[in-house]
Amino acid sequence: MSFLSEAFWVLLLGSLLGFELIGKVPPTLHTPLMSGANAISGITVLAALTLIIKAGDNLPLLLMGSVSLGFALFNVIGGFLVTDRMLAMFSRKTSRRKDFR
Amino acid sequence: MFSPEIIKYAIDLVAVLLLALGIKGLSKVRSAREANRLAALAMGLAILGVLFNASFQDGIALSALLWIISGTLVGGLLGIFVAHRVPMTAMPEVVALFNGCGGMSSLLVAIGVALFPVASTSEALNVSLVENISIVVSVFVGAITFSGSIVAMAKLQGWLSTPNWIQSKFRHVINLGLGVLALVAVFDISRGGLDGLWLLVVSSVLLGIGVTLSIGGADMPVVISLLNSYSGIAAAAAGFVVGSQLLIVAGAMVGAAGLILTQVMCKGMNRSLVSVLFGGAIGQDLGSSANQGAEYTNITSCSAEECALTLEAAERVVIVPGYGLAVAQAQHTLREVTRLLEVAGIVVDYAIHPVAGRMPGHMNVLLAEADVPYEQLKEMDVINPEFPATDVVLVLGANDVVNPQAKSDRSSPLYGMPVLDVKEAKTVFVIKRGMSAGYSGIKNDLFELANTSMVFGDAKKVLGDLLVELKELGVGRSV
Repeated sequence: MSFLSEAFWVLLLGSLLGFELIGKVPPTLHTPLMSGANAISGITVLAALTLIIKAGDNLPLLLMGSVSLGFALFNVIGGFLVTDRMLAMFSRKTSRRKDFR
Repeated sequence: MFSPEIIKYAIDLVAVLLLALGIKGLSKVRSAREANRLAALAMGLAILGVLFNASFQDGIALSALLWIISGTLVGGLLGIFVAHRVPMTAMPEVVALFNGCGGMSSLLVAIGVALFPVASTSEALNVSLVENISIVVSVFVGAITFSGSIVAMAKLQGWLSTPNWIQSKFRHVINLGLGVLALVAVFDISRGGLDGLWLLVVSSVLLGIGVTLSIGGADMPVVISLLNSYSGIAAAAAGFVVGSQLLIVAGAMVGAAGLILTQVMCKGMNRSLVSVLFGGAIGQDLGSSANQGAEYTNITSCSAEECALTLEAAERVVIVPGYGLAVAQAQHTLREVTRLLEVAGIVVDYAIHPVAGRMPGHMNVLLAEADVPYEQLKEMDVINPEFPATDVVLVLGANDVVNPQAKSDRSSPLYGMPVLDVKEAKTVFVIKRGMSAGYSGIKNDLFELANTSMVFGDAKKVLGDLLVELKELGVGRSV
């Protein structure tokens, strides 16, 4: 039962951490934050990877894992890139202003 | 002692730390970009950690490696392609799409483990009850996230409208029925039945559709944020299924953070989560109520030329941008107009309603794309007291967020929603294509006020005309 009890502790503490991390968010960042958090939720890549690794020569399982991995990575890579694109526009502004002065 | 086990734990710990720092940093403008990269780095580390651990334990079979590479290539390249191609206006849809795919991934993992119990990894997890529970949660939440997100995306894209039948109270019966069906399925699974698994998949997918379909487009951002939280929960459940603590902690963090973000958004729109989820679309319940389809009287309309003349004489101008501006792709033309005004010494600010655009913060992104300085974007609470001292307000493609009914008319469905007090300004120009209603379908009293003039036309075209007129007047000509 050790993994299980540890896992529940991890779940509890992780949730508390999540609640604490986001306090006051300026409205400007709502969209990027949402898309960034969304990219992180693609962490199921790890589950998909584990599934493939443990699948042995079970073809349906390999296929499922691979498709699952594709979906998750689509979420992760797309999510982070899109967030970066949005945030780049904010930072561009501040750096340019410095150049003017 | 140096052992791969320790390295794996170290990698996991660092990854969790970086993820937490990433989420934290994303909520501040200065650190947001670095924070996003930090989170991406953490994700990469976590993936390496899994591969590293596996190759040390039993090694990774060549066939498995090939499947990993092919999945990575397809998903990764598609992700890169979509991320680079998507226009900023379509951001809400794309976030919904990504989110749905994350849910799908958790769903597939859970189905895989359920069908082929070999794949269940952690020895301690052979406690079948817990394994079943986590599979059920992962399937249920994953499926809802997937179908809900896809429906949300389709609605935002305009591929799907809210059908009338789903607006009736009957939808609660259907959704409740689907919920019961899911419970039956869970009962079957608990007795080791595989039919139950498929029943659960189908009923959860349908439930996701049923719940999301009835929610109005204006509330979609809240729904996406909530679904984002769900996908975190689905990931945490998948973590229980495959026995990964890193997954559990990351999933729980996203789930909790998403919940908080959802609440922040609800507050911005003055809607409670319950009314968003179960209340149906705003304005749609009214049906034949007198408010809807009401005729406008006393409309003053004017040309771009008159608008330019008034602007020339102004000292302080506030722009109220709405989604219509983004649809017309007029941000850049708007920026040229405001540049002229600024050169002429006129103070220009932008009033950003919390839900301007189609997602909170969406309008800020769109204006940033058009090079509008960040400092000129004023939040509603900051700009509202300044309207009485404003000479000209330009309302561009915004409607419900400037409707004075929300403050004055208790019977209005908008009543209580925070709005921008543009009517306090000396002159208001509303640039609009026609007299059609806004997203909520509610008549806007602002249009009938004496100090309001309508300038009819596509936002981009009107702004282009305005630019020409202002140049002819010599506004902003550097001497």
